Amino acid sequence: MVSVVYQLSPNNEIIERLYRGLAFVRRIEERVAEIYPTDKIKSPVHLSIGQEAASVAVCDVLNAEDIVSGTYRGHALYLAKGGSGKGMLAEMYGKTGGAARGKGGSMHLVSPEHNVLGASAVVGTNVPIATGAALSAKMRNSGQIVAVFFGDGATEEGSFSESLNFAALKKLPMLFICENNFYAIHEPIAKRWATDRLCERVATYGIETHLIKDDDVLELHDIASSAVQRLRSGAHEGPIFIEYQAYRFREHVGPNEDFDQGYRDAQESKIWEERDQVARLATMLNDDVRDLIDAEIAIEIDEAVRYAEDSPIPEIEELYDHVYAD
Amino acid sequence: MSTQIDPGTRVLRYVDAIREALEQEMDVDPSVFVFGLDVDDHKGIQGSTMGLVDKFGAERVFTTPLSEDAMTGVAIGAAMTGMRPVHVHIRMDFMMLAMNQLVNMAAKTHYMYGGAYKVPIVVRSMIGKSWGQGAQHSQGLHSMFAHVPGLKVVAPSNAYDVKGCLIQAIRDNNPIIFMEHRLLYFTDAYVPEQSYALPFGQARTHGEDGDITLVGVSNMVVECLRACELLTDVGINAEVVDPVTIRPLDFDSIAASARRTGHVIIVDNGWVDFGTSAEIAARIAEDDSLASIKVRRMGYAPTTCPTTPWLEKGYYPNPATIAEAAHTLLKPNAPTWSPNPERAELTYQTQFRGPF
Repeated sequence: MVSVVYQLSPNNEIIERLYRGLAFVRRIEERVAEIYPTDKIKSPVHLSIGQEAASVAVCDVLNAEDIVSGTYRGHALYLAKGGSGKGMLAEMYGKTGGAARGKGGSMHLVSPEHNVLGASAVVGTNVPIATGAALSAKMRNSGQIVAVFFGDGATEEGSFSESLNFAALKKLPMLFICENNFYAIHEPIAKRWATDRLCERVATYGIETHLIKDDDVLELHDIASSAVQRLRSGAHEGPIFIEYQAYRFREHVGPNEDFDQGYRDAQESKIWEERDQVARLATMLNDDVRDLIDAEIAIEIDEAVRYAEDSPIPEIEELYDHVYAD
Repeated sequence: MSTQIDPGTRVLRYVDAIREALEQEMDVDPSVFVFGLDVDDHKGIQGSTMGLVDKFGAERVFTTPLSEDAMTGVAIGAAMTGMRPVHVHIRMDFMMLAMNQLVNMAAKTHYMYGGAYKVPIVVRSMIGKSWGQGAQHSQGLHSMFAHVPGLKVVAPSNAYDVKGCLIQAIRDNNPIIFMEHRLLYFTDAYVPEQSYALPFGQARTHGEDGDITLVGVSNMVVECLRACELLTDVGINAEVVDPVTIRPLDFDSIAASARRTGHVIIVDNGWVDFGTSAEIAARIAEDDSLASIKVRRMGYAPTTCPTTPWLEKGYYPNPATIAEAAHTLLKPNAPTWSPNPERAELTYQTQFRGPF
């Protein structure tokens, strides 16, 4: 790992932006969890609650033209890159106002206008696709940076290692962001990894790596900001890898907590709850600023829910649309 | 019905027609690039990519790590963001390593994102045959891919079609499985020097007023044409239908020929069970206007391909076995007929020598 001294005194503007981003994802997903038992949401939901920071911090330092690619646990990424709450909720409702006209659901949020390249529900499959987007950016000399997000499980897939090698070989302008929440569905890393030295493994490809062990959104913001600046200026060539450790507070899929199921310990989550970044940043803001942001978020979420409720259902003829592109 | 451009009088080999199509499309469209293991080496995928790296540079023509899975994803991601990649596998068998990206991602992307993104990729691959290609260098896996909505599957059998279809494939906005055959590489045909694109879903019918229809896939078109020559010895006139593209399938042309002849043998360059021949036979069965048509199917034996030639000769349909099957179907009560062995030998594909 490279040793870089980071300035850990972000200004209020950054904290406000990050709080707004984090709180919006947290509150809209809490709303999703509330709505879920009504069966209005016609889609499995993999909530980001507890690990929103990776998407929010990284997207904050990207440009609109930069490209992101994510996973089925991808609500935070879609929203952080500019996707709308309306598009997300209508998609979950299976309505035509959804991000993919209801054809993708919660797991496949997409937004070409925000360069959200989509999200895959087959673990690891988005990693090489993002790598191809970075190759394309380099070939087109577009100046775009590609940030690809994936979980700890994806690092076990062959396509992950294949992509790292290729991205390093071709010196592609990429950020690889591993959101390590320690579990693949219900299976802990201890049952899946020979060692937990992920950054060391990645570094053998000649890739700069960073490890953030305590879900610190501000540290991630600094590291990502530096990485993006160096990639853009040409001071650094080739991919940069960040392992961001955070905790999933809800079940793998579905709206509930699942500490009663025995595969993980509620005590374990306590440590992470104390580090919760939404609460942390909330305390760093003046009350009136925070209250204003919270109020705006509440209005936006209400509007998104109303939009999803009112959005038309697709006509049956749409079944046959989009099998092939014109 | 096929769309015909005046083929002119220039004779070109299949392999050179592929190379020419790539060169012409790369000339006119800077978003086209060609990549895959060995595309830039001194042999250039048996010549089909020869010289491209010299003309277009290593940015647009490059080899890859042996990472078929990720490289397919790379093609998809590049295609979603404005490029038109041509990904090359020197054998179709190796595409199994890319199945996840092809089936779960390439085929699905346009649909599951509600039309938000397109995936204009071409995946070229070659089927091997004979000289010990054996279990893992000889498979025709088009039926697997043709099963999946979102993919198109193309299997040109001659130099004219391979050029026009490859240009069409590169211009198409969908993932195209482009299936070539090693034994076709050195066959030749009249091929226009100009660039031309042949629309998909247009079969080619050879012959007319036949007594029987032979539907051939890929290299089996050639074997069917050779069977036609043998059948003239017993006064049988066969039409050969080459679908050219498996998906979309021009079933109308097959049906039109079947109506004329009343008899159809589908000769696939793949296994019979659950394959393309089954699909065509099923469509005939489902068409009440074809209720009286007699149908038979031929293809690879239901085994793994052996390397030893003494077993391999039983593995593939050949002009003699196709001709015999046609004779039996047309004249079930006639004494068994076999083509003259010397003539059959002349038609059999003996020109190929290894190692590849």
